[in-house]
Amino acid sequence: MLSFILRRLGVMALTMLCLTLVVFFLVNLEPNLKKLAISQLDMRSTQDQLESWLEKNGYRQNFFLRYGQWLGVVQKQPNVDPETGAVTPRFTYCDEPAEPYYGGILQGDFGCSTKFKVPVAEKLFPALKATGILMFWVMIVMVPVALLIGVLAGMREGTKTDRTLSVASIATTATPEYVSGVIFAVIFASWLGWLNGSAATATRSGVTFYNFTLPVMTMAVYGIGYIARMTRASMVEVMTQQYIRTARLKGMSFSGVVIKHALRNALIAPFTVIMLQFPWLLTGVVIVEVMFRYQGFGFTLVEAAGNNDIDLLLSCSLVSVFVVLSTQLISDVGYALLNPRIRVQ
Amino acid sequence: MTEFISPLEIVLGVLWRFWPVWLALAIVLFLSLRFKDRLGLYGHLFDTGVGVAGVMICLFWLFTAMFADIVAPFDPLKQIAVLKSALPGAIDPESGQAFLFGGDRLARDVFSRMVYGSQIVLVIAPAATMFALMVGTTLGLPAGYYGGRVDAVLSFLANLVLAFPVILLFYLLVTPGIRETSIPQWLAGFFFIFPIILFCTLFYTRFSDRTGLLAVQIGLTLLIGGWIYVGLVFNADPFGIISISPNQLNIFVAVVFASAPGVFRIVRGLVMDIKTRDYVAAAQTRGEGPWYIMLWEVLPNARGPLIVDACLRIGYTTILLGTLGYFGLGLAPESPDWGTGIKESSRLLRAYVHPALPPVFALMSFVLGLNLLADALREQSLKD
Repeated sequence: MLSFILRRLGVMALTMLCLTLVVFFLVNLEPNLKKLAISQLDMRSTQDQLESWLEKNGYRQNFFLRYGQWLGVVQKQPNVDPETGAVTPRFTYCDEPAEPYYGGILQGDFGCSTKFKVPVAEKLFPALKATGILMFWVMIVMVPVALLIGVLAGMREGTKTDRTLSVASIATTATPEYVSGVIFAVIFASWLGWLNGSAATATRSGVTFYNFTLPVMTMAVYGIGYIARMTRASMVEVMTQQYIRTARLKGMSFSGVVIKHALRNALIAPFTVIMLQFPWLLTGVVIVEVMFRYQGFGFTLVEAAGNNDIDLLLSCSLVSVFVVLSTQLISDVGYALLNPRIRVQ
Repeated sequence: MTEFISPLEIVLGVLWRFWPVWLALAIVLFLSLRFKDRLGLYGHLFDTGVGVAGVMICLFWLFTAMFADIVAPFDPLKQIAVLKSALPGAIDPESGQAFLFGGDRLARDVFSRMVYGSQIVLVIAPAATMFALMVGTTLGLPAGYYGGRVDAVLSFLANLVLAFPVILLFYLLVTPGIRETSIPQWLAGFFFIFPIILFCTLFYTRFSDRTGLLAVQIGLTLLIGGWIYVGLVFNADPFGIISISPNQLNIFVAVVFASAPGVFRIVRGLVMDIKTRDYVAAAQTRGEGPWYIMLWEVLPNARGPLIVDACLRIGYTTILLGTLGYFGLGLAPESPDWGTGIKESSRLLRAYVHPALPPVFALMSFVLGLNLLADALREQSLKD
């Protein structure tokens, strides 16, 4: 088990290295660097001004050298004025020292956000916390509802309840966040006026039922259908097993059989599915946070991508890839732990 | 002052505008029910309510896309200034036609935009899914069949793409900046070669001893495939029939890139399961080559789950296209597709609700139709 986890962690590190290299390549394409330079200077800067800004701030160094700097295996260089030889820090607003230093991911330094003019860590971690709160409430709503629907549908296969719930869960999987978000906002915010169509206040003055229900509901709905269908399939399979029939034949009540014998075994498969939902939830987070103007991780990602904020975008990719890979690992390990019949080599 | 038609007239008007669609649906439904027993899997779909609903919704949007010119009363880009943000049923004083679902922020007919939007979705989504299927199959077959190092390398690459959140991938791959570079062309050149390889191998492994037939088949594949390839990748179709704008190519490539690894994983899993069967062992004993076994023994037996997956995947691709539209990536800002429509209208939800609802329900119903279809297909394939 331990060697399995260690091997997986190794693959994970390699994957993250490859992916950050790809992202690094894409954000450093010539048009993207131009975009960055324009956003840092202004629209009417000449070609030469843009070029000299890029040159001055080290964006014209060798690609692998710069990737090494970002990683923290190569020293970051401050700006040196070619005429006077005076040494100034690259980005004054990030408190970067005015001397060569190792400052990369390996040193825990995420770099400097050129859009927000703060160190990336100062922007990224509050955003992650905000998204964490959103995810927490989404999970609280989504998981129990989905499991309940799945168990109720799968308990008695082929009945009217089963078919109704199945079609309902198919319908929710056909409703992406930007669709359900609009529908809910129209019903609950525009027509009924019960809920706030914007979660902007949640960032400043805290989460309330009034401003947070719509984003949570919107995100939960898309996931519910999928988890419910997996739970149903798993429940249907369990209900045909011999031990369920034995329990019924020895005179146990139907509800007793479901709760004591079926449920535990039927919930192993959905656990994996819930864990593997995270990559999808990340996309959902971006849509919902943009739609309801909630300043979390997704909002930051969109801002970073829109302005080609290199360090911030790289950190966002690193975080999201880390989340995806670690949930995959947890789901594999957890599945083996929950199901004693599975042994990992 | 603009005049309005009554709600009842709106409903009747909408139903009336769709008349070619209803006609086509009725013909298809009649023929399908008439020859149900001879239609195999497709005929069995009509056994359940879910199946009928799925087929009908999908066909509805297919026919809407085909007859968009007749169904839509207005041009999707035409602006009629007096009807800016007009409520549903407002009458255009010039033509006397009504804006059935009202006008949007830029005074365009919401109904016509919804109808024309279906064209964009129904061209890109199935085509991109087909390409993703072919890429995923061509790579998934050897990975599952050979295992070992081939599998390790290909799986690592697939997991690399799958570990990327889709939205991040789109923000990196579908930008105006990237269109200035040659990356979309490179990716397109890489992906679009797979169908040609697939078909050539398909014919070669089966008919290698019948050289006459093989030459015709390979020749045709290379000719048609090469023609489409040149048209799509280099946008240099000598006849000018197949052409794709740079931003559409960009979207197309990004969508194929995002969904091919998923297909790869499914095909790989199916092949690993199927290669343990007796008929594969029999073919191996006969001395058939590995590619013959993969393409002519394993692949036909994996078709059930693959068809179901293709249906779900077209739905998922539709959602992805909507996401792209919603974030304003790739598609032109005035494009009538549903995602862009939702983006445009959701910003003004406080003031006007009506421009948001038609694209929302269009997208939802189309994906729902595909999911129902997939569900019915799955049930049928489990029955056999």
